[in-house]
Amino acid sequence: MIVVIDYNVGNVKSVCNAFRHIGCDVTLSRESRVIDVADGLVLPGVAAFGYAISALGALAESIKEVALAGKPLLGICVGYQMLFDRSSEYGQHKGLGLVAGNVVPIPAGRVIPHMGWNMVDLPEDMDLFAGLGEEKHFYFAHSFYADVTDGQAKIAYTDYGFDMPAAAQKGNIYGVQFHPEKSCKSGLQVLRNFSEICEKKGLATEDTERN
Amino acid sequence: MLTKRIIPCLDVKDNRVVKGVQFVNLRDAGDPVELGARYSDEGADELVFLDITATIRFRKTLVELVERVAENVFIPFTVGGGIQTVEQMDEILRSGADKVSINTAAVENPDILTEAAQRFGSQCVVLAIDARRSKAKAGHWQVCVKAGTEPTDIDVVEWAVKAEKSGAGEILLTSMDADGTKAGYDNELNKAVSDAVNIPVIASGGAGKLEHLYDAIAEGGTDAVLMASITHFGNYTINQMKEYLRDRGIPVNL
Repeated sequence: MIVVIDYNVGNVKSVCNAFRHIGCDVTLSRESRVIDVADGLVLPGVAAFGYAISALGALAESIKEVALAGKPLLGICVGYQMLFDRSSEYGQHKGLGLVAGNVVPIPAGRVIPHMGWNMVDLPEDMDLFAGLGEEKHFYFAHSFYADVTDGQAKIAYTDYGFDMPAAAQKGNIYGVQFHPEKSCKSGLQVLRNFSEICEKKGLATEDTERN
Repeated sequence: MLTKRIIPCLDVKDNRVVKGVQFVNLRDAGDPVELGARYSDEGADELVFLDITATIRFRKTLVELVERVAENVFIPFTVGGGIQTVEQMDEILRSGADKVSINTAAVENPDILTEAAQRFGSQCVVLAIDARRSKAKAGHWQVCVKAGTEPTDIDVVEWAVKAEKSGAGEILLTSMDADGTKAGYDNELNKAVSDAVNIPVIASGGAGKLEHLYDAIAEGGTDAVLMASITHFGNYTINQMKEYLRDRGIPVNL
């Protein structure tokens, strides 16, 4: 079962709808006992960073704990941005610090927000993008981006006049700046891949427990 | 490279999609849930739903409609019509919409744009402007509110600039003069606004032929084109529009 973290921001429902559409067992919750038994977590988010992180409140610690213990976690949009150390959107805010990097404004000199469908180069070694080929269009809507500095993170880029990170992966921690739940077929494939990652991980954990 | 967007617009009245000419003489165009799912499948880049029943009052039925639409739409969609408060915006977003468009409420109280941007992020906040060519001042347009029924003294370009500063993340710019005429977008208006702001501008009102879409992007300088009559009544498919634009050198998501 995949648990979408419910923390009172927009968009949680769309993420659930998309998982249901591809036949996944998905639950919307903020209860730690539900989070604990999930195969994987999704941290969605349509909100300003400061609002999102304060809405997350004490949940932040539980998410960090289970993610560090190895449970697959997928951050989407602001949920992805919150994986990093800090953000400067409407003030200075601390993030979860799961992946090293800062969330900073998209440099001036282009239309901002970065809004619409942009091509993402998909590295072969990111299992989140399995079966999608070398590049695909995804839907973006954001004014800040994560400047990923983590040496252990794999990064997928998009071109917005500069190479802008569009997705990152560090072990079991995944994040996408774009909205897979709103990126039609390619986006649904990303969610399907994540659900398979969770399933595999869940089975592996069961085996370890049995042994 | 960021692609230019093709956005079908569903004007919804009493739970049906309708389309008129210059905001009147409405004609039935189908069921919003079915039409939304169809456009999502056919490769539209986004959808816009405008509840034109009553912009004066926010309606609970709109929330229910948004929920039903969201179950089958896996592309971004914007909802507008009669939204007056940040709480109502929150309700719409939580029902499954990705962006909320506001028009009259922002004219009456521009602070709502700031409040919304700080809470949801400016990428969620679409300012809809209904523009009418000024008879008194050539090369100017006046902002109309309440579904186009009330003209104001506000200049469209000045309002767009102010709204961007206040927190709007996108402008949905409808030419009331061109709406439903199928005679082409008002690209003078589109150019004036897109030159003045740094946020994306969606051209709306007047699409009738494929070349109109190209002109709104090439001449009007807009980031997206919105249409209703020419898609609802089957003149062109989304793919035909995208292929046409691609062949003329416009980046599209095909």
